[in-house]
Amino acid sequence: MNQQPTLILGALIFAIGAVGLLVRRNPLVMFMCVELMLNAVNLTFVSFSRSLNDVGGQVVVFFVLVVAAAEVVVGLAIILSIMRRRPNATADDLTMLKG
Amino acid sequence: MLAVSFSFGIEQAVWVVASIICLLGAVGVVALRNPVHNALSLVATLFGVAVIFIAQGAYFLAAIQVMVYAGAIVVLFLFVIMLLGVDRTEEDIAEQNWWRRPLAGLVGAGLLGGVLIAVLLASNAKTVTGKPSTSGALDPSDDIGTIGRVLFTRYIWAFEITAVLLTVAVIGAVVLARKQTRGPIDLAEFPLDEPEAEEVAL
Repeated sequence: MNQQPTLILGALIFAIGAVGLLVRRNPLVMFMCVELMLNAVNLTFVSFSRSLNDVGGQVVVFFVLVVAAAEVVVGLAIILSIMRRRPNATADDLTMLKG
Repeated sequence: MLAVSFSFGIEQAVWVVASIICLLGAVGVVALRNPVHNALSLVATLFGVAVIFIAQGAYFLAAIQVMVYAGAIVVLFLFVIMLLGVDRTEEDIAEQNWWRRPLAGLVGAGLLGGVLIAVLLASNAKTVTGKPSTSGALDPSDDIGTIGRVLFTRYIWAFEITAVLLTVAVIGAVVLARKQTRGPIDLAEFPLDEPEAEEVAL
């Protein structure tokens, strides 16, 4: 099967995730958009792994999955502690670290 | 570039259905207003990606995708949504920054164009970086075995670092999310309105 449609699909999902990351202000939804972008990259890795007949791409996807899991765990903990101290905060309200 | 030699078989049909589910889910994550709906749209996209993984012969990754992403990460998202009770609709952001959506669309279009050019140019070449990889060839009949052998020989150092990363993440999450003894934020110290902030600090 030709790989180019899958590569185009990955690029589309990546762009949709990037737009969502810029447009949405809810930190949880922004995190979901990051997951979307990571998945698009995974799709591209697997597609290239198939077309180049190389298992390295699939191993990289494995590592991306692990990093995504760790990122979500820490990120959601941060969001949780922020929301506890300031309920209904959006990403634009979190300016306490601004210099 | 796009060679449309479409002999429409069952493989193509599966791919088309899965990619439509992927795209609809991705749009749902961005466009829907309720965070619970966003999380469920994310599940749709993740399942679609898993189906395409199977179509590409990456059976182990498809299983991991469903178990880790749809089974663990999205459940974690839903758990936090329910815990915080943020299943409210966020206010329309267009009323505050009218330029934000057009700018985001512009950035997204530019990103899409750049990624498409890079990816399609690379897909025509036999090698991406000019050097052949040393990881080994794919073996669709023994997918898990191939990945496992590479993972525990060539990438063993990265694998061990991964274990450290997961441990750090778990400990960090426990430290961050434990019950705070302090009360809510002091609004006199960190006021919501920007202009008064410096006067209070002075």
